[in-house]
Amino acid sequence: MATVEVTFTPLPAHVRTARLVATAVARRSGVDEALLDEVRLAVGEACSRAVEAHRRHCPAEPVRIEMTDAGERFVVVVSDHAPAAPASPAAAANGEVPHDQDGAAIPAGFGLAVISGLADDVRVWSTDSGVSVRMSWPSAVASVLARRPGRPVPSAPADGTGCLVGLSFK
Amino acid sequence: MDLKLGHYNKDGIEVVDVEGEIDVYTAPRLRELLIDLVNKNNYQLVVNMEKVEFLDSTGLGVLVGGLKRVRAHDGSLDLVCTQERILKIFRITGLTKVFGIHGTVDEAIAAKKGEK
Repeated sequence: MATVEVTFTPLPAHVRTARLVATAVARRSGVDEALLDEVRLAVGEACSRAVEAHRRHCPAEPVRIEMTDAGERFVVVVSDHAPAAPASPAAAANGEVPHDQDGAAIPAGFGLAVISGLADDVRVWSTDSGVSVRMSWPSAVASVLARRPGRPVPSAPADGTGCLVGLSFK
Repeated sequence: MDLKLGHYNKDGIEVVDVEGEIDVYTAPRLRELLIDLVNKNNYQLVVNMEKVEFLDSTGLGVLVGGLKRVRAHDGSLDLVCTQERILKIFRITGLTKVFGIHGTVDEAIAAKKGEK
């Protein structure tokens, strides 16, 4: 199991970098090209949500992303340290312009709704330390990497953590 | 790529050209432009998204906000977009039922004039 972890200061400028890294790791994990746009958008949505939550509640805390090549699935978990906010679904199904009580154009939770439409396996859970959003997509098995000439297949450490790269940017 | 914005008037309709990525970092600039155009009494808007490479829910929120502002003046905001990768988020969110989405700027302008 290979894992890339990224932590970043909750600034909107870093969301693009985070989604580009996730796309690159997804491609490396063998996620089909046709799904990479969905990975990029879904990870971007999750990171944007986390960044906005951190800016309101804990701007000094970093947002964390874990990307795992779990054999037949590519898994991404975006975790924040902010308290969970109540979700309100969009009201656009009947052609009405969506709005929420605070007057914002898009209701809170809209990003999660978008993620649900992009990944077929989405889980959101909250703990005392914050909220995590888990998404996954089908990927080729690690043998895709082994077939590429001249590139050794990275092996996981004996302790099983399989952490290949840890990135941090502020 | 960051975000490039431009606008011009054609047949009495303000056309906004957007190029690049619209996300949580760049969307505020588009929001400011739309607000500025409405404040200058431009209530018939067409946003050309043919060169948009990325659009997320923050960008959708800016477009919805722009739509609400022009509608408050009996105006409208239409979109030009043929890219499936961008249209997808409109379909997922159901906003294809909210926005008029056209294939070209000329089509969008013609549709607006047909509404008058």
